[in-house]
Formats: sequence, structure tokens, C-alpha cells
Amino acid sequence: MELSTLWFLLIAVLWIGYLALEGFDFGVGILTRRFARDDTERRVLINTIGPVWDGNEVWVITAVGATFAAFPEWYATAWSAYYLPLVLILLALIGRGLAFEYRAKGDTETWRNRWDLVIFVGSVVPAFVWGVLLAAFVQGLPLDAGHDFVGDLGDIVTPYTLLGGVVTLSLSLLHGAHYIALKTVGDIRIRARRLAARLAVPVAVVVAGFLLWTVLRDDTPSWPAAVAALVAVAAIAAGATVNARDREGWAFVATFAAVAATAATLFAALYPDVLPSTLDAANDLTTANASSSDYTLTVMTWVAVPFVPAVLAYQSWVYWMFRKRIGVQHIP
Amino acid sequence: MDVLDLARWQFGITTVVHFFFVPFTISMTFLVAIMQSVWMRTKSERWLRLTKFFGKLLLINLAVGVVTGLVQEFQFGMNWSDFSRFVGDVFGAPLAMEALLAFYLESVFVGVWIFGWGRIPPKIHLATIWITACGTLLSAYFILAANSFMQHPVGYEINEAAGRAELTDIWAVLTNKVLLVTFPHTIFAAFMVGGGVIAAVAMWHLVKGARDPEIAEPGQPSDAGAFRTALRIGAVTVLIGGIGVAVSGDFQGKVMTEVQPMKMAAAEALYETQQPAPFSLFTIGTLDGSEAIYSIEVPRLLSFLATGSFDGEVEGINDLQAQYEEEFGPGDYSPNIPVTYWTFRMMITMGGLAALIALWQLWATRRGRVPTSRWALRAAAVLPVLPLAGNSLGWIFTEMGRQPWLVFGLMPTASGVSPSTTARTVFISLAAFTILYAGLTWLWVHLLVKHARPGLPDVAPPGEEGGAPPGAGREAEDEDADKPLSFAY
Repeated sequence: MELSTLWFLLIAVLWIGYLALEGFDFGVGILTRRFARDDTERRVLINTIGPVWDGNEVWVITAVGATFAAFPEWYATAWSAYYLPLVLILLALIGRGLAFEYRAKGDTETWRNRWDLVIFVGSVVPAFVWGVLLAAFVQGLPLDAGHDFVGDLGDIVTPYTLLGGVVTLSLSLLHGAHYIALKTVGDIRIRARRLAARLAVPVAVVVAGFLLWTVLRDDTPSWPAAVAALVAVAAIAAGATVNARDREGWAFVATFAAVAATAATLFAALYPDVLPSTLDAANDLTTANASSSDYTLTVMTWVAVPFVPAVLAYQSWVYWMFRKRIGVQHIP
Repeated sequence: MDVLDLARWQFGITTVVHFFFVPFTISMTFLVAIMQSVWMRTKSERWLRLTKFFGKLLLINLAVGVVTGLVQEFQFGMNWSDFSRFVGDVFGAPLAMEALLAFYLESVFVGVWIFGWGRIPPKIHLATIWITACGTLLSAYFILAANSFMQHPVGYEINEAAGRAELTDIWAVLTNKVLLVTFPHTIFAAFMVGGGVIAAVAMWHLVKGARDPEIAEPGQPSDAGAFRTALRIGAVTVLIGGIGVAVSGDFQGKVMTEVQPMKMAAAEALYETQQPAPFSLFTIGTLDGSEAIYSIEVPRLLSFLATGSFDGEVEGINDLQAQYEEEFGPGDYSPNIPVTYWTFRMMITMGGLAALIALWQLWATRRGRVPTSRWALRAAAVLPVLPLAGNSLGWIFTEMGRQPWLVFGLMPTASGVSPSTTARTVFISLAAFTILYAGLTWLWVHLLVKHARPGLPDVAPPGEEGGAPPGAGREAEDEDADKPLSFAY
């Protein structure tokens, strides 16, 4: 396999990891708003993700850093094109990260309420906008011969990419509901299961519609993309089935797989491009013309081979360490 | 203002503010880890209370440091896409390594540390803060490797066909001589920040307690003793940091004279080559090469700083300008002289003052003494600000002194900016980030002061929650599944 293909795969894996991990903590963040009935319940939800959300967020830092190192042209073109949406994401992620840490550090109810709003908005915005931006990779952007973006926001925000945003947002919500059901005890746990049951069908419909659109965009649909799309929809269905039987662990695994397969569909549909040009196929950014030199890719491969498994190992250990369910009685 | 100016202001503002939090995190993580280690060894409650007290300040700071770091990684692509294209093959590698080797360690293990009190075995809990601390050091190393490449490009060759710099030797990049002197300089300077915060907070509590015994001692007789210990730790850290900064800075000056002589000439506003060259402490004048109105000079000092010899020749701006014109073609190759001149001096002044205050603190609190003057409180209030300002000024000097280059000798700053972004877009984000960062800085100060004011926290008697002695932990918790968490957001 070409090194550039390997790195495309690794970056896809990093995005999959990000969406599947931070996806549920976005979902939990969103559910702190209406789903939690009082401050104690809200704190239960926040504490289910407390020890892990920051580690989850590093997946996107690594995905972007790896893109910079392995495909500088892709990073440069996409990130300058996605300018304002990225500003939105940054503002949201900054506020959200602070809110978790700071909401308990003030004394007044107003202080807490404001940070709660930040948690909600800070979870909705990136869960939605990342979907838009990933879908825009597949859709392509107007790029000139120098691979510079020559369009405006209207070329990024289209019906297709907006649906992509709805997909990541709604999957995060379902994934978050399954996570809450898995990590809590008492009334919250039961309500989370019920909420997940109600969400499953609409989420499945939205995801199926978007993935079908994704696969059919190509004149010659990619088989891996089609298979991944089927897996995604099947995983949501499987999640609903096991959720109905109160198997919360398996339900969570199912939406984890659904998020992963949805992201995999996008990357499979994208390959071998990394960012197609809507102006001229000659201007497409591909794994071949956007990649770093062989030497850089070799160096980075030597770094990734031991350290990606190491990260997976210690991050899994942390999830194991904090495996206990919590409920309102545990909030001091 | 055009895209270039706006993008530079955005980088400057977001980076300077981000770097308020970074040195604080690096040093405070280590200092808190040391406190916790002493507690584990001595089982003395005083150390646990210090660990929790300064640990809380650490977390307030860490949160804002982590989130502002995201902007740094994104804006290379957003504002500087031609720079990213040109150097990405080299520059991206240390950034990706930072994420993979350092950020995961920090972010994953600090979460365990925060929530692990009383929930995981104490030895593992202690290990998590040490791992986090090592993560911050690794992170600093990789990011400085990337910056050092911009100061002094090594380990690359230019691929004309691809129009970019390509990595040929990763070891050269990771052992860049600029990096080897910048890393210790940055880390020692970081320790001045954390040491300064600890010494200042401890001093404030000691002096307050001595001036007004009733408010500061809410039935906690050991507070004063613990704060005295903390003050010593903080002040000694500032002093060691100060010495380290001076020594490493001296090495750095010589390396910089070798690789970027223009920066050292600009630091002195030295227009004509001189041998030996004096160092001016203070100048009233335009610094444009004309006769200064008033200036205090130390003879031969610049020669020593730049070359290690009091007789060394230091090249002036005019000679260097002529050399660069010959090498790179017509253009202005000197940075903004007043900025480099003053930031260089102010940096040294800030560091020196911080070290002096730390020295005075040790003297004033010798053998059980406690100063009670208002000046002691004022000194405590400025102590953390001085090294922070020194850090910022040092970075402004380093980055402004490299101008007009983005990557020294390879890419001018004006060529690195994104061709596809418009001034309006950059303006919107500059405005948004400036307002947000002003708010964050206010919030940071507000919360640090608010949580530094009350004094040391109570810890539960041994056998319960945070105060669980080493050896208890998980087993104890299993007995009572409904016991509240010892830490929760």
C-alpha cells in the first residue's frame, strides 16, 4: 500500500475516533438542557463525561495535526476555506471546555445557568458544524489550479452538507442517550433508554437518507462506501433492538459502530480524492498530490505505529477505571 | 488594514494570551506533583491541603490553556495557508507528534487526576499527575521544535518542482541548536511563573494573617506554617528559574547572534558594526540610528552577550542589511527596532525584578519572621505578573525580531498568508477572538483570585474521601456503592 493511502486511512480512523468518542459527550452536553430535570441531574450527566471528554477531544487535534503533517495541501486548502465555520467551532469548543470546569467555581445560580447554556450551545454547534464540514469534503469545493478556494460560504453550506450536519448532530444525540443509559442509575437511566427508543427511527431515516445520497453522488458508487452505509443503518437498528431489551452496553456499542460506519462511508466515498474541485477535475486534491514527501510519511508512520495503540490502550484503561455508574445519590 | 496585518494581529493576540496559561500549566503541574509526592511520603495533612489548594488553581488555569490551544493549531491553516503548504512537510511533523505523544497524555491523565481522588489507588493517582507533567514538557519540546525551524531552518531541502520545503532529517529538526537553547530557556521561564504564583499567594496569606489574625485564621492554626513552606518552595523556584533563564538566555544570545545576527543587532538598535559593542540599559531617542538624546550604556556588555568575549565584534544593522540585500535581493531586512529594543530590555527587567522579589521574600521571612507592611502585600501582588510579562515580552521579541521573515531566510511573512481569505473574514474572527480572549483573561484572573483568597481547604480526616490514606481507596468505596463522589463537577 502507498504510504499516502495508509495515512488517508489513519486520518479517517482519527476522525472516526473523534466522532464516535466526542460524539457521545456532545450528545450528553446537549441533553443537559431539557433532559436533565434539575441541577443535580444535570451534574450527574456532566460527571458521566467529566473524566473523559478532554481525552476525547484530543482525537480531533490529532486528526488535524496528522492532516497537516501528512497532507499539508489538504490542511491548508480546507482550513482556509472553512474559515468562518471553524471560528464557530473554536468559539463553541472553547466555551464548552471552560464551562465543564468553571460552572461549579462560582456561587450564584446565574453563574451556573450561563455556563449551562454554554455547555448546550457549545455541544450543539460543533456536533452540527463538523458534519457540515466533513460532508463538504465529499461534495467538493470550487478550487482553482493553485488549489485555492475561490468560492464563498454558500459553496460550503449546501443542502447536502446541511444534511451532513443534521446527521452528526442526531447521531451524537442518540449515541449520548445510550451513553447516559449505560453510565447512570435510577430514573435518569430509564428515561435515557426511553429517549433513545424514541430517537432511533428518525435518526435511522436521516442517516439512511444522507448516506444513500453520499453513495449515489458518484457515477460509479464505491463499494466500500455502500457497505459502510449499510453497516451504519444496520447498527442503528441493532442498537434500537438491544436498547429495547435493556442491554445498554450493547446499545452503546451499536451507536459507536453507527457513528464509525457513517464517518467511514464519507471517507470511502472521498477516496482517492481528499478534496475534489467542483470547477475542474484537474484541480482535485488527491491523496497523491496533497501528500507530504515519502520521508515525512515514513517518519510519521514510525511514530504512529507504537503510539496510536499506546493511546488506545491507556484511554481504554481510563474508561475501565471510571466504569461505575453514577446517579443523583453520588453527587456531593 | 489588509489580510496580512489582521492575520498577524490575530496570531499575536491569540498566542500571547495562550502563553499566559502555558507556562503556568507547565510549572504548576510539576510543583503540585511534588507537593502530592511529599504528602504521599510524609502523610502530613499540610501537604495534602497544599496539593488540593494549588491543584485547584492549576485546574482553573489548565482549562483555559487547553481550549485556547485549539486555536493555535487551526490558525496555521486558516490564516497562513501558503505557509502551511510551504513548510507543512517539515513543520507538520512536530505538531502531529505533539498531539499524538503529548496531548493525549496530558488530557487523558489530567482527567484521571481530577476525578481520581479517593476513587483509584493513591499511587496510581500520584502517577497520573506526574504523567500529565511530563506530557506538558513533551508538548513544549515539540512546539518549540516547530518554532525553532522557523527561526533557523534545518533538516530540509527545497523541492523546486513542488515549491516547498521537504523534510530530509527529522533528527536535525528535533536537535536544532536553536531548540536546544530555547527549550531550557522557556522551561526555566515557565517555572518562574508557577513559583511566582505560589510565593505570591502564600505571602499574601502570611502577611494578611499577621496583619489581621482574626480573618485569616478560621481555626486553622497550621495554615501559617503551611503557607510559610509554600512561600519557600515558590520563592526558591523563582530563584532557580531566574538563574536558569539567565544562563540559558546567555547561550541563546550567542546562538541567535550566529543564526540571526539581525535580531541581536535590533535588540540593541546597533546600526554600525562595533568592536567592542556596549549594551544600553536605557535610551531616550528615536532608535533610528540617529544620535540618542540620552542613553545609559554598559561598555563591552553586548560584545559579551553576543559573542562570549568582551572584545567581540557585533555586526550592525546597516552591514547586515547590505549583506542580506546581496543575498536575497532588494528589501528591508530589519525588524521593528523600537519593539525589539524595548521588549528585549523589558523581558530582562521583568525576570530580574521577579528574582529580586523572591530573594527579598526569603530574607523577610527568615527564621519565623513575617513582614506586615503594605509593601509586602504589593510585592506579593506583582510577583506573578512579572514573570508572565517577561514570558510574553520574550516571545514578542523573538517573533518580531525574526521579521520580515516567517521562516528565516526562506519565506517572508507576507508570502505566508492565505490567498483565499478576505480581510472582512479575518476581521470578524480577530474581533471575535479578541473579545473572547479579553473575557477569558478577566475570568481567569477573577477565578484564580477568588479561589486563592479563602486559604487552604479542609481535608476530611483519614479514612474518608479526599483524605483517604494511601492503601485505602477502591476497596473502601466498594463497601458503600451510594457514597457520594469525592470529586464531582
